Order: sequence, then C-alpha cells, then structure tokens
Amino acid sequence: MAYNKPIPVPQGESDVYWQNAKKGELWLRYCNSCKEAYFFPTDICRAIPCANPRDTKWIQASGKATLYTFAIVGYETGKAPHPGFEAPYVTAIVELEEGPTMPTNIVMDDPTPEKLQIGMPLEVVFEDITDEIALPKFKPV
Amino acid sequence: MTDLRKTAAIVGVDESDEIGKVPDKSNLQHHAEAAHNALADAGLSLKDVDGLFTAGTSTLQLGEYLGVKPSFVDTTAVGGSSFIIHIAHAIAAIDAGYCDVALVTHGEAGRSMRSRPGGNASDPDPQYQTPYGFIGQPVAYSMAARRYMHMYGEDKTRQGMAEIAVATRKWALKHPKSYMKDEMSFDDYHNSRWISWPFHLLDCCLVTDAGGAFVITSAERAKDTAKKPGYILGAAEGQTHGMISQMPDLTRTNAVNSGPKAMEMAGITHSDIDLAMIYDSFTYTVMATLESLGFCGPGEAADFVANQRTAPGGDFAMNTNGGGLSHTHSGMYGMFLILEAVRQLRGECGDRQIKDHNIALVNGTGGSLSSTGTTVLAVD
Repeated sequence: MAYNKPIPVPQGESDVYWQNAKKGELWLRYCNSCKEAYFFPTDICRAIPCANPRDTKWIQASGKATLYTFAIVGYETGKAPHPGFEAPYVTAIVELEEGPTMPTNIVMDDPTPEKLQIGMPLEVVFEDITDEIALPKFKPV
Repeated sequence: MTDLRKTAAIVGVDESDEIGKVPDKSNLQHHAEAAHNALADAGLSLKDVDGLFTAGTSTLQLGEYLGVKPSFVDTTAVGGSSFIIHIAHAIAAIDAGYCDVALVTHGEAGRSMRSRPGGNASDPDPQYQTPYGFIGQPVAYSMAARRYMHMYGEDKTRQGMAEIAVATRKWALKHPKSYMKDEMSFDDYHNSRWISWPFHLLDCCLVTDAGGAFVITSAERAKDTAKKPGYILGAAEGQTHGMISQMPDLTRTNAVNSGPKAMEMAGITHSDIDLAMIYDSFTYTVMATLESLGFCGPGEAADFVANQRTAPGGDFAMNTNGGGLSHTHSGMYGMFLILEAVRQLRGECGDRQIKDHNIALVNGTGGSLSSTGTTVLAVD
C-alpha cells in the first residue's frame, strides 16, 4: 500500500538533516557560541542571548536518547486522528544524548502505558517512507 | 484618544540577506534574517525584543523560530497594508507599556518556496511533528499531561483531572445553552474511552458550533450603557513556543508571566478573586494553569481541586458556564470565558449565579499550551 501519511518537505536549511537521515544518520545543528546542539535545525541559533547566532554548524548525533514524555494515540480503540495512521501508535518527545529534545514515534508492538517508562533508554532507527525521506524514530534499547 | 505624537520612532530597517530569486530559503528564514539585520541596524538584538508583529503566519511559529518569547504579539493580517497598520498598533502598545521594542517582520519565498500543493508543508510543524502523527491538540496536551504525571504522580494527577471533569459538568447542567445535558459520575469519567492515553474522552473539550462577541468602550462612555460595566482592571499576554516539542516546561504555561502581570496591573491578589474562568481545552490544561497562575504550587493542583471544590457550592468558583469540557467549545473558546465572567459579575446567572461576584480572573490558553492571555474584570 502506498505511504499516505504526511511527508516532510526539506528546506535549504534542513537538507543536510534529511539527506543524512536517508543514510541512517541523525544530524543536529550546533552553535559554536553557545556550545550546544539544538533541534530543530535552523541556520541561525535560536538561543537568547547568543553572542554570535550565525556561527553554527552541523554535528552528527549518537542516536542515543531517553524518553521524555509520550502519548498512546488511539489506545485500546484503534482510532487514529488522521488517515494513514494506524492506531495505536506512540507519539513521543525524546531527550537526545547531546541535550536537545525532539518529536518522534516510539517503535513498539502493542504499546501500553506499562511498556513505556519515562527515562527509558532509546536508540534511533530510520523508517524509509519515500525515495528521498527516512523518518528518524526511536526504539527501546 | 491619547496623543501619541512623537511617542515612538522606527530605529532599524533592513532586508533578509538576499532578496530576489533565493532558491533554498524558506519564508521563515527570510523573516529571521531580516529580523537580525534590522535589529543590528538599530544596535539592538533579539534579547531586547518584547513585542512581535507579523502577518500571514502565526507568531507562535515565528516567535519559536526566532527564539523570542514576546509579551505582546499582533498578527493582524489585512493584506499588503498590514505592516503599516502594525505601526499604529505598536505605538499604542508601547505607549501603554505592553512592550518596549516591537519587531515587525515579513518573509515570503513567493518564487521559490518548496511545498506541496494544498498546504505549506515547509514549516517546522509539518516538517518535524506532523509526519509522526502529532495531529490534533489531544495528542500534544496528553504528552504534556504524561510528563506532569511523571513529576507529580500518575494516580494523583488522574484524580485531579477527574475532579475537574465532574465538577465542570455540574456547572454545565445549570446553563441552559450547554451542549452536555447529562450528569457525569466519576465512574463515567474513568470508563470513558481513551483518545490519546493518558487522556480519556472526558478529559477533552467538546467540538461544537458556536459564536460569541463582546464590546469594549471607554470607561467614560461605559457609564451610559445599558448594563453594569465590566471594567478591565488588568490584561497581559505572551507566548513561549509553537510546537509542543519545543515547550520549555510541559507543566508550566506562560500564565506564570501573564497572570502576575495582569493581577499586578489590577492591584489585586489571589484572595480578591471571586471567579476564575480558566480555558479548559482539557482537564490537564486547568491543572497546569491553576499552578502557573499561582493559585497553588507546582504539583498541587489535584489537592487544590479535590472534593469537588470547584463545583457548584464549592469554595472556589471556576468555569461556572460548564467550560469547554461540557458547555461549548467551537474552536477558539476564549470568547466564552469572557461572556461568562461578565454575566457573573453583573449577577445575571440565575441558578448558577455565584454569591460574591466583584472580581473575575480570565485566563485563555492557545495553540499547544503555547500562548496565554490573562485579564482581570471587575464591577463597581
């Protein structure tokens, strides 16, 4: 069946993110002034104050993360809010080893609140959804 | 009208880095580059900015992208003249003390924008959240609630959510125009189906058709109107993020800022408030908001609302119309908070009329727990 969920459209400042995701790598934007990585990637650092918001670069993330919070959409009912999604599915915010948090899905069969513990270790996996796009998702280690 | 002549000036101007045909930049990049450049032109930076004005995009998205957390926002969008109109708004806002440095930005990759037909898929939300099924506010708010549960206890949080759902329904039954007409027991709450765990159906607001309006005039002219005026004693606002995944603290809303500001302007304290109208998009929204407004401390909302304290007859009157949870929720429900506050202050609420009704606090929450507006209303 054709993939019929929403598909990201990369922008100039996120091309590197999505191109590397397609290769199975997670990359983050990093501010040389703040000495911090951040998500989502923008050419200009979003921290305030920042001594030099344009002094930023790409770094590769380890792909390790912990679970910050989650929800189980359509838990026990199987009802998804949008065509293409098969409920139940887990939406999550994960905290990357490098510091930033990012939105994602937790890949897991038959998710339950008990199987998902905040703080649990996770690692990135990539789901190929088109010829150009792979979505970084996370699974329990 | 206040004489605003020479009360403000335009102190910085610039374009984005490149204009013309710029194939690899999004709308928001143009906004951001121009913002940095114009501020530099003024010898200022984003840390000085407390007012954010734009048209054609939400300041939630724009503020998040810039990294700014403004205390005054305006997205008046009336076509190409919008940014001229923003000048008048900015002057008034500055004169009133709502902001000191107003940033007005525009960015539109009209020629080169990459997006699919039928939607601007290039923006951050459709690029980073929507593909994962972050669709609809129950998903966003339930993740915030799960984080709160982690910090303060799942059972206790659940109990607070249930108290709010049940108490609010009791009020709704006293309002003749309420959508929900049946009683709700605690069992009904706990047995309702899951929408997005940890949210039950009965944690979520209604989806209804509704309209509302209110009229503001000067205090002077208000003396000659038909009903008792609901004077605006204080008002404050602000935003912290656009996407739920960018929210600085999933358990604290911007009401931590707009609440104290509005109350300070009004010259009141919590004990002066007779009625709290708190946007209840979800039961959890109320818990986070009560704490953010300082009615109780972090993690204390469940205790605060325990034993049906906010229900009819309880000692904390809240959401006496029955709320977005049980009265009506058309989408932008904030309108109805104001209607109920004014009616209660006037003493027009019949069976649900509260006894003391001199001062009401209204707090609206918008987006994904993203923005708040707090106002304090009073009658003489």
